[in-house]
Amino acid sequence: MTRVVEAGAAKTAAPASQQHRRLPRLRSEQIVGLLFLLPALVYVTALYAYPIVFNVVMSLEHYTLKTFVTGEAPFVGLDNFDHLVNHPEFWPAVTNTVWFVVGSLFFQFTLGLAIAIFYQHKFPLNGILRALILIPWLAPVLVSGAIWVRLLDQDYGVVNFAIHSLGYSGQISWLTDPNLSLISVLIANIWIGIPFNMVILYGGLQAIPRVLYEAASIDGANAWQRFRYITWPLLRPVSTVVLLLGLVYTLKVFDVIMSITRGGPADTSQILNTWAYSLAFTNGFNFGLGAAAGDILLVIVLGFGLLYLRYAYRELRETTT
Amino acid sequence: MSDSLTIKRRPQHATSLRSRLRAFGWTAAGILIAAFMLFPLYWIVNLSFMHQTDILQSPPPFIPPHPTLDAYAAALSTAGGYIQSSFIYGVGTVVVTMLVAAPAAYALTTFRARIGSFLLFALILAQMAPGFVVANSLYSAFNSLGLLNTYQAVILADSTIAVPFAVIIMRAFMAGIPRELAEAAKVDGAGPLRIFWSIYLPLSRTALITAGLFSFLFGWGDFLFALILNNNPDHTPITVGIYRFIGAYSVEWPSVMATAVIAVIPATILLSFAQRYVAAGITAGAVKE
Repeated sequence: MTRVVEAGAAKTAAPASQQHRRLPRLRSEQIVGLLFLLPALVYVTALYAYPIVFNVVMSLEHYTLKTFVTGEAPFVGLDNFDHLVNHPEFWPAVTNTVWFVVGSLFFQFTLGLAIAIFYQHKFPLNGILRALILIPWLAPVLVSGAIWVRLLDQDYGVVNFAIHSLGYSGQISWLTDPNLSLISVLIANIWIGIPFNMVILYGGLQAIPRVLYEAASIDGANAWQRFRYITWPLLRPVSTVVLLLGLVYTLKVFDVIMSITRGGPADTSQILNTWAYSLAFTNGFNFGLGAAAGDILLVIVLGFGLLYLRYAYRELRETTT
Repeated sequence: MSDSLTIKRRPQHATSLRSRLRAFGWTAAGILIAAFMLFPLYWIVNLSFMHQTDILQSPPPFIPPHPTLDAYAAALSTAGGYIQSSFIYGVGTVVVTMLVAAPAAYALTTFRARIGSFLLFALILAQMAPGFVVANSLYSAFNSLGLLNTYQAVILADSTIAVPFAVIIMRAFMAGIPRELAEAAKVDGAGPLRIFWSIYLPLSRTALITAGLFSFLFGWGDFLFALILNNNPDHTPITVGIYRFIGAYSVEWPSVMATAVIAVIPATILLSFAQRYVAAGITAGAVKE
C-alpha cells in the first residue's frame, strides 16, 4: 500500500530533509524545480482538469451527435439532470451500483483476508503460490470477464456442471436471466478483486508483531480471540485503506460488465458507469445526458477519494511540508 | 522468523517429522486455494487447445480430448493486428508516462515547492475519476483536434491510468536517495539536469522498471479508452477485439480463448521474471480499475 511505502520512505528521508533546510533556498533553484514539474503540470491540466471540467460543461448542454456537425451545444441548465433522474433506468442503475459495490467489497475483503491469513503460515511453495494468485489481477480485466462468459454458459459452462453434480437439475441462465445477470458480473468481479485485497492485507498482517500472538497464546487465547483482539484492531488502518480504495475502484468498474453482459439483458446489470456509457455512445448518442450521469458518479467517487486521501496521506503531508 | 527459531530449539526426530508432515498439509491446502483461484485461467488454456465441437459438449471436457493448435493459428491470423496494436499502446503508454512522471518525481523530491504537493494530491485524486468521464470529454476534444482513431489519442488516454502510479512510486523511491550524492555532484559543478540524469535516474532503476512494467500492462490491457476513442479497425487492440468476437452472432470459441491466452501472457511473464518489481509496484499503491 502507498501508506506502507510512504512511511518507509519518510523514515529514510527524514535526516536528509533536515539537512536540506540548512541550505539557502535559492530562487533560481525553485525555477528549475518548476521546469521539471512543467510537463506534469501541463499533463494534469490537459488530460485530467480539462476533461473533468468539460464533462461538467457538457452535462449542462444539449450535446448530441448533431453537435459534432453543427458545433452547436445549447446551454440547457439542469435539464439533463432532470431528464436523467426521471429516466426509467436511473433508479435501477443506482440500486444495481449499490448492490454491486456492497457485494464486491464484502466478498473480496472477507475472502482476501481469509486467504491472506492462511498464507501467513510458513510452508514450502508459499511464495510461489501467492505470486500465482496475482495473475487474475494483472490480466486485462476484459479478458478476465470474457473467461466468465464461458464458465457461466448455460449449457456448456463449468459452473452449471458443478451445480448439476451437486444434485440440482434445473437450467440456470446466468447471463440471460434478468434476475441473475447482476449476480453473474458480481461473481466475476469478486474473483478479479480477491488478489488485490489479499496482497495488501497480507502486507498488513506481516506488519503485526509476532510477539503479540505468542503472548496471547501463553495467556490461553484461542485462534478466534487472537484474531478478534489482535489481528482485527491492528489491521484496521490497512483494512480501511483497502476498503476505501476498493470502493472507488468498484464504482469505476466497466470492463467486467461490458465483457460479460454489456449491462443487459434489458439493462438489468447496468451500473451507473456502464449506463452513462450507453447513454452517450450506444443509445442515442446523447453526450450531455451521459456526462450528467458521469457527473453524479464523479461526485461520489471524488468524495470517497478525498476521504481516502485524508486517511492514507496524513503521514505524507507531514513529510512533505 | 520466530517459527524457525522454535523449530531449531527442538531437535528431536519425531517432532521434526511431525512438523514436516504438517508443512506438507499446509502446502497441499495452499495449492488447493491457488488452484481454485486460478481455475478460470486454466479453463481458457484448456479450451484454447480444443475444437469448437469439443467445447460445445456437456459435461465440458477437463482436458482437450483432441488437442489441436488450430485455435492459435486462427487467433494469430485474425487477431495478429490486434496484438500489434495492443503492443503499440503498451509501449506508447510507457514512453509518455516516463517523460511526464520521472522529471515530476525528481522535482517533488528535490525542490520542495508548494505546487509540488498540490500536484501530488491532484494526481492521486484525478486518477480516481471514472474512465468514462475522461473518455467522454476527450472524445469531443480529440475530435476537434483530428486525433480520434489515432494511436496517439488512445496512448495519451491510457497514460492517465499510469502517470499517477508512476509518480507515486518514483517519488517514494527517490526520497530514499541520500541527498549527499546530489550535494557532492553540485560541488563538482553538476547542474540539476545532470544530477537528475546521472544520479537520480540510475539510482531509482527499480522504481523506473516497476513503473514501466505496470504502464505497459495498463496500455496493453486497456479496453475503455480504445473502445471509445478508436474506431479504426487497424488500431483495434486485443481487448476490444475479444469484445467484438464475443458479441458476434456465432462465436468461434477456441480462437477467442486462444486470443485471451495471448492477452494474458504479458502479465504472466511479468510475474515469472520480474516478481520483485511486481511486489514493489503493488506495495506502492495499487492503482488498477
